[in-house]
Amino acid sequence: MNLYAIWAIYRYEMSRAFRTMTQTVVSPVLSTSLYFVVFGAAIGSRIEEVEGVSYGAFIVPGLIMLTVITQSISNASFGIYFPKFVGSIYELLSAPASFLEITAGYVFAAATKSLLIGLIILATAYLFVDLDIQHPVWMMVFLVLTCLSFSLMGFIVGIWATNFEQLQLVPLLLVQPLIFLGGTFYSISMLPGVWETISLFNPVVYLVSGFRWSFFGMSDVSVGWSILAIIGFTATCLAFIGWIFRTGWRIRD
Amino acid sequence: MSAIVSVKNLSKRYEGGVHALKDVDLEIEEGEILALLGPNGAGKTTLISCICGMASITAGHVVVGGHDNVRDYRKARALIGLVPQEINLQPFETVMNTVRFTRGLFGKRGGAEHIERVLRSLSLWDKRDVQIRALSGGMKRRVLIAKALSHEPKVLFLDEPTAGVDVGLRKEMWSTVAELRAHGVTVILTTHYIEEAEAMADRIGIISGGEIKLVRDKAALMRELGRKRLVIELTEPAAHLPEGMDDTPLELGEAGRELTYTYDPGGDGTGITRLLTGLRERGYKVRDVRTEQSSLEDIFVDLTAGEDRT
Ligand SMILES: Nc1ncnc2c1ncn2[C@@H]1O[C@H](COP(=O)(O)OP(=O)(O)O)[C@@H](O)[C@H]1O
Ligand SMILES: [Mg+2]
Repeated sequence: MNLYAIWAIYRYEMSRAFRTMTQTVVSPVLSTSLYFVVFGAAIGSRIEEVEGVSYGAFIVPGLIMLTVITQSISNASFGIYFPKFVGSIYELLSAPASFLEITAGYVFAAATKSLLIGLIILATAYLFVDLDIQHPVWMMVFLVLTCLSFSLMGFIVGIWATNFEQLQLVPLLLVQPLIFLGGTFYSISMLPGVWETISLFNPVVYLVSGFRWSFFGMSDVSVGWSILAIIGFTATCLAFIGWIFRTGWRIRD
Repeated sequence: MSAIVSVKNLSKRYEGGVHALKDVDLEIEEGEILALLGPNGAGKTTLISCICGMASITAGHVVVGGHDNVRDYRKARALIGLVPQEINLQPFETVMNTVRFTRGLFGKRGGAEHIERVLRSLSLWDKRDVQIRALSGGMKRRVLIAKALSHEPKVLFLDEPTAGVDVGLRKEMWSTVAELRAHGVTVILTTHYIEEAEAMADRIGIISGGEIKLVRDKAALMRELGRKRLVIELTEPAAHLPEGMDDTPLELGEAGRELTYTYDPGGDGTGITRLLTGLRERGYKVRDVRTEQSSLEDIFVDLTAGEDRT
């Protein structure tokens, strides 16, 4: 096991993040604050409570998920796409490091960044609404697993992408709709019957639901399913990455 | 001496169908400088990519320091430093960070002293905190070398290290390579500049169309294939070749003022005495004599003749 390689990648990626601190932290915090102002305060004041939780508080877990998922994907995909783009990937391919180690370096770094952002947003949320987290440990478990699994997915996107447009495409066309339709701003029980059923095919529903449960003790689907869903998603990503590294798909000539 | 890199029956076919390497065999000896000389598209970069791990191997084996580079890739790769042909660097990174990164990637910790020594020897120490995009082209290339040396490799691959580099820097690169060799590093460099191979290498391999045409000790190669010419300047121009010397390969040039005799310096006798005696008997007056050795270039052109040099 080449732990130094993992550490080298991790440190390198983190230093890149700190160099671009403004983009990394300020913009998600700003945009979430806007969500709070618009949905929480302006519109939320007209919406009654959702299952006993004020609407402003109700959207907090969903908002954190929204940001953490998009950040994980964009951080990890950019992290591996950029070396491909400038050609510095040659040293990853020629290093005495296994694919798992390389993936770990990039994915841990991307996950750390989005975890930090998620926590910063949570702190920001306290400025706008009263929050009382019922299961803080589970909250962290869901948060960390989400950061990791979507960083894995982002890593795959970065390897798949052959240009910058494609890099934007997956988050925009696939992930954004899934997140918005995943109960981020509403409980899927608010949907008419058919749509509620369709929503159950959206993996994000399980994440948001589980995460919201850790906050308020209420959920759209049972927590067990949420945990299974996130583990299943992580395993799928890992299997796919394993395949990429065996075949050298899009990275090795 | 023992082979530190051994390439056996190596073939590489790219996905698009290009057969870039055809059954290549190559033994690189520890401590030597081997120049791989070949036109563009010959397969030099592909060969390096297959040895170092950037390209998958279609058939054959590569063994580095006794370790198979696929089965035992960690041990094999740990011995190798690679300077790629293109300047593949992340522009916003500092010199120090990028060099440290490579060292870590190769599984080595710390090494601040080693890195300082490398950066100093490449005149990069003063630039250690500068972003790479702010460096000149020559310095970027030296950053690539510093990265490759950061983990103290035993074998260094330099893929066209002086392509598009000005003369001063090229000379500097040559002395860097000589210094590395003095430290026991095995160096394999590719080039399409013949003078470079001639100036730096102990052995020269000629690669063309995905095949290694020959690998020879440089001096032996020059001796073996390098014919010599004896140019005889005449005091008075001659109208025709000397009569009765048809068995001697002579040419008349410079409007009759020069006779050129081609011979093999490695042969049993060069025939020079007989030639000069023959000339004197026929009344030719010799003003001056000089010899010329054919360069690697002539050899190279001979060997790769008929292949397109894209
Ligand atoms: N990634 C690639 N995919 C397909 N063909 C390639 C690739 N890289 C190189 N080639 C082809 O392989 C041959 C050898 O190329 P290369 O090894 O780069 O030669 P050299 O380094 O000697 O100039 C060329 O015909 C080139 O077009
Ligand atoms: Mg090349």
